[in-house]
Amino acid sequence: MAFALTPEREKHAHALLEKYPEKRAALLPLLWLCQRQNGYISSEVIAYAADFLELETAEVKGVVTFYTMFFQEPVGEHVIWVCRTLACDLRGGKAVQDHLERRLGVVPGQTTKDGKFTLLKAECLASCGSAPMVQIDDDYHENLTAEKLDRILDEVAAGPAWVEEPVNKASDKSVKEEG
Amino acid sequence: MSQSSASPKILTARYHLEDSHTLAVAEKAGAYEMARKALTTMSPEQIRDEVKKGNVRGRGGAGFPAGVKWGFLNPKPGQEVYLVVNGDESEPGTFKDRTIMELDPHRLVEGIIISCYAIGAHKAFVYIRGELRLGQLRVDAAIEEARAKGYVGPKPFGVDHPVDIVVHSGAGAYICGEETGLLNSLEGRRGEPRIKPPFPAVEGAFGMPTIVNNLETIATIPGLIERGGEAFAALGRVPGDGGTRLYGVSGHVARPGVYEAPAGITLRELIEDFGGGLLDPSKTMKAVIPGGSSTPVLRPDRQVNAPDPGHPLHAYHGKSEIDVPMAVDLYRALGTMLGTCCATVIDSSVNMVEATRNLMHFYQHESCGQCTPCREGTGWILDLLNLITGGKATERELDLLVEVPNNMMGNTICAFADGTAMPLLGMIRQFPDEFREAIRRGEPLGVRHDETTRPLFNGAKA
Repeated sequence: MAFALTPEREKHAHALLEKYPEKRAALLPLLWLCQRQNGYISSEVIAYAADFLELETAEVKGVVTFYTMFFQEPVGEHVIWVCRTLACDLRGGKAVQDHLERRLGVVPGQTTKDGKFTLLKAECLASCGSAPMVQIDDDYHENLTAEKLDRILDEVAAGPAWVEEPVNKASDKSVKEEG
Repeated sequence: MSQSSASPKILTARYHLEDSHTLAVAEKAGAYEMARKALTTMSPEQIRDEVKKGNVRGRGGAGFPAGVKWGFLNPKPGQEVYLVVNGDESEPGTFKDRTIMELDPHRLVEGIIISCYAIGAHKAFVYIRGELRLGQLRVDAAIEEARAKGYVGPKPFGVDHPVDIVVHSGAGAYICGEETGLLNSLEGRRGEPRIKPPFPAVEGAFGMPTIVNNLETIATIPGLIERGGEAFAALGRVPGDGGTRLYGVSGHVARPGVYEAPAGITLRELIEDFGGGLLDPSKTMKAVIPGGSSTPVLRPDRQVNAPDPGHPLHAYHGKSEIDVPMAVDLYRALGTMLGTCCATVIDSSVNMVEATRNLMHFYQHESCGQCTPCREGTGWILDLLNLITGGKATERELDLLVEVPNNMMGNTICAFADGTAMPLLGMIRQFPDEFREAIRRGEPLGVRHDETTRPLFNGAKA
């Protein structure tokens, strides 16, 4: 089935074009808008974006496949990225991954049977001073302990799926509180 | 965010305020006063002059003098000039620019307004890595608040120099921190670096003359204007590196975090005075990666050898490698790089071969794949390290581990290959015995990096 942005999101998409001197430059933000609605970048999304920006679908696909944050297949309601680069690993990155694997019953790259969580490994997420950490959807969770991680997972599981978040979620938890 | 009381707070002056990211709070604490002063009382040339005098070495890692970079602009008539702010912050171990975006985005916006005026740009793009959603939202909100006040828009502070600012989100790719990879990503393309020349100052974003500066560099500008270039430069402890800057310290220290201090403090000061020393004092400090994973590792137990009075490091002869001031040129002489000034501290519980494998996994994952030596080389390096840590390697593999990076350096479009090869060769040079021992043992290392910290994760008190 063909993909189309909701009218509200489509307004955002048109506003994007005003921001750049060239139409094509709106491609990354447009793909973000689409992924936030559709959950991943399907071939229908690629066709839509190509049509919207007057590009070849191959050009759009080339861009999608370059960036790790554009999902090329469906993911769970929430995506957990666990940072495993050295600074996090020195502070327990592997322990975080082990804990998540045990609790969720999946290994990185897999989605839980109930479709709630996809677990992925991440390269350095610029959170080294507050390691170990995970990114869940749009939010960083830092200075993790097993107990804190369990609490966060409970909260996230009880909340809305990532695609149900408003277009510009005021993701405005105080950084200081987490630190 | 704790601070040593003696160090001047410029960039971080407003970090501790509640809701420091909002205009109401930031403006009450002085935000936009310097933009007003610069635009209404100074000429663009005067500002450029002050920035040059301020000796601001680019804060992104290469350490290029910001004032000199601005001087490369020479737009042809009718050409638009762009300012592009690099907030990609992806170098492993680096987490400083984030604090500006999240805790004082108005300092960034103010720096952008002044910089646009100084270089003749009317449009700035702030490229922020896709993962830093909170930072993106806060910078975006700050721009809108400034727009509502008229500070961003057709006539900032009544001056006929329109300024518009756009936040552009990345989508997960380390190479987009390389300035021409970033420009391609900004233009809606794969983030593959471009062949230089032409340099961005001649042909950058959308084919126009463009200045790409690190985000902290731009946020430094209001504080520099406030003090004047010479006084700002004098805050630095070594000639050639001016001002204060953000330092990060992570890994096995008691108080990891971001701290502001003068340019030119030593790693020992950063680790002990700011970072609180080792997390587990029963261990010893084995290694420090001084400024992001691409900067070759230093050994606290190794002494500077510079008996020749003409050597740039002669003043530090016989001292530990971590007692040399963190300055662009001194660090180059030391065989490493200053990088982003975000240090990763590694204690004696860690096996350096395994640590090297971790970092080389990063580079293998992040090579953009354009150039064969880098695409294939990073894969070879990881394969070799997997053999060594897996206990299946011989001396031949260790030789190859030196040969492969030597064939990558200088043979690619961008500095990524060098940024892979240098820290790898640095690890082998600094810890040769550990590599030989791994081969001699001939069985899997079976070690992990969190021996010191795993109990904390599981609930033990620090």
